[in-house]
Amino acid sequence: MNKMSAISDWILFFGFAIAVLTMPIWLAPFGANYPDLMQRFAIFGLFAIGFNILFGLTGYLSFGHAAFLGIGSYTAVWSFKLLTMNVLPAVMFSILMAGIFAFAIGFISLRRSGIYFSILTLAFAQMSYNLAYSVLTPITNGETGLQLTLADPRMIDAMAGIEATRTLPTTNLFGMKMSGMPGFYFCAAALIIGFFISIRIFRSPFGVMLRGIKSNQNRMAYTGLNTRPYLIWAFVISGMYAGAAGALMAVTDPLAGAERMQWTASGEVVLMTILGGAGTLVGPFLGASLIKYFENIFSAYNTTNLNQIFDFMPDSIQPYVVDIAGLFVGKGWHLTLGLLFMITVIFLPGGIMEGVRRIGLLFKRNKKNTVDAGGATPAANS
Amino acid sequence: MDALLLQVLNGLDKGGAYALIALGLTLVFGTLGVVNFAHGALFMLGAFCAVTLEKILTISTKVKDESITFFDAYKEVPILEAKYPVVGGFIVDYSVPFSILVAIPVMLLIGLIMERGLIRHFYKRPHADQILVTFGLAIILQEIVKHYFGANPIPQSAPDIVSGSANIGAVFGLGDNLVYPWWRLIYLAFSLSIIGGVFAFLQFTTFGMVVRAGMQDREMVGLLGINIQRRFTIVFGLAAVVAGVAGVMYTPILPPDYHMGMDFLVLSFVVVVVGGMGSLGGAVLAGFLLGILQSFASMNEIKSVLPGIDQIIIYLVAVIVLLVRPRGLMGRKGIMED
Repeated sequence: MNKMSAISDWILFFGFAIAVLTMPIWLAPFGANYPDLMQRFAIFGLFAIGFNILFGLTGYLSFGHAAFLGIGSYTAVWSFKLLTMNVLPAVMFSILMAGIFAFAIGFISLRRSGIYFSILTLAFAQMSYNLAYSVLTPITNGETGLQLTLADPRMIDAMAGIEATRTLPTTNLFGMKMSGMPGFYFCAAALIIGFFISIRIFRSPFGVMLRGIKSNQNRMAYTGLNTRPYLIWAFVISGMYAGAAGALMAVTDPLAGAERMQWTASGEVVLMTILGGAGTLVGPFLGASLIKYFENIFSAYNTTNLNQIFDFMPDSIQPYVVDIAGLFVGKGWHLTLGLLFMITVIFLPGGIMEGVRRIGLLFKRNKKNTVDAGGATPAANS
Repeated sequence: MDALLLQVLNGLDKGGAYALIALGLTLVFGTLGVVNFAHGALFMLGAFCAVTLEKILTISTKVKDESITFFDAYKEVPILEAKYPVVGGFIVDYSVPFSILVAIPVMLLIGLIMERGLIRHFYKRPHADQILVTFGLAIILQEIVKHYFGANPIPQSAPDIVSGSANIGAVFGLGDNLVYPWWRLIYLAFSLSIIGGVFAFLQFTTFGMVVRAGMQDREMVGLLGINIQRRFTIVFGLAAVVAGVAGVMYTPILPPDYHMGMDFLVLSFVVVVVGGMGSLGGAVLAGFLLGILQSFASMNEIKSVLPGIDQIIIYLVAVIVLLVRPRGLMGRKGIMED
């Protein structure tokens, strides 16, 4: 049985890796195969996968994960400014820094559970956001956002003899420019590594411990186990994922602003995870991609498009339909998002993966009834 | 001394708004056991009741401007004022207080619909689900408001007679340079009377007694043959009304925009947690306390010692309170301790 699940994990992993790397090809029919959007798929996918390690496994709902995203971005941009335009150190430093902050915040917040934990993380995130906007302006550059300038020292680059040019330098990986498609492949590689680690965590004794905490923390404590170190590690790991995602955002566009840390951004990652399916492996990535895809599609529509789409309708009702549809697209995209949020929570608390499983069960039952085949293996891994 | 008194007053009127929202949140939590993230949106809807009424009252026509005699000049005057100069002008001037009369039935209706239509289905669901679904609802409400009213703040004016400042220095015998806006004093008095009203309602009426009994032991009250569910629904409506009128009265202080609810919600949640989940007195106390603390933290003397403290003081206090007194200032045992 163990061997079976190990094999199916590898299948899942390679399937995922291939699907991600071939995104430029199979996303073409959807009109979503341009680098900018695919980068966002990968970055927010990574963010949501990390969030899922905390929320999906332990059930602790953090409303402050965007803080780590912001910290990751700031660290990465500072690494570009002070050290080198190479992206690897930037990502490393970001993960490290986000991990340190996550440890500090988690150490305090995890003293409480349930809604108190949510409020505590929210409080910390709001504190970081407010500070980034006001007092920490020398570090964060306040409202303008932290940007690269020509006067940056870039010590390692200078030592390596890379001449300062008149234009702003671009991020690179040992000379390979990190914008456009190479940037996407870099993000995709990070996503795949993150996904692999997430599989390992899900299958490890550590992951089982976390699930035990979710189902009944008291009972875990009665067996003589101290659950706090496990929770703190889960929190730190998911914070590191968020830091990595923040760094990738800076890699694809070297600019960091405080609005990335706002609590609505934290709410967005919660939505991504829930929509895809909390506690599943691929769910969070699916949720993140879906939301970013729809954000992209829906925001692009305007009244002219809508008039074309609803052209087939009789003239008497067409304007009304266009009016109503216009509420949900363009600038009204957030309305669609809120609606999606509610519908998911009300009707499909398990998210997309739950829906897929239900449909799968439906088919399986039909098959059993007609053919009565006994050897159907349950595929409950993903 | 003057400055200190001024800061206390500043804190009290802000605290009044926090306390009113937190009161509703706690009431809903204590009765229905639901964590309502859309409560800030109710505050915002109340504020926009005032905006809507003002918009309706000031639908304007062009009237010949008599003061300009060289040529025909026209100015915009609200129809109401043009037709009935005295009464109409009075109504337009007092549009914010009048909005309360509109806001009460509207908010009650919204509250009841929300409870029957959505919240009812979430009693038994985990708190995380409740938070998420009401968060989604809050996004929807604020997007709808944004669609109709735009994204910019819409300033509202208090009636002329109270738009000036009160010379409170003279009252306290502290010199003439201590002045304070009348409307903020009114807001403070208003919030205190609403809080007093809610407490009196719960304490001295039969309805309130049943509700309090239901908060203690819902099942027992149900077994006594009382339809506790219906009363709790009404309590939800009441909480919506409290949030709504708090929003109406706050419009002259802060021009309402579509995301004001979210800003207040986060703070009010912190207030509720500091006060102690499910404790009404705690919510009110913490509301005023945090309001005052925040206004003290924004004094220049304090900011020069601890830069940025005004931005984080509330959250900092929340963190400390939660760690030192996990149940909040006045929280009871056994509430939300899963």
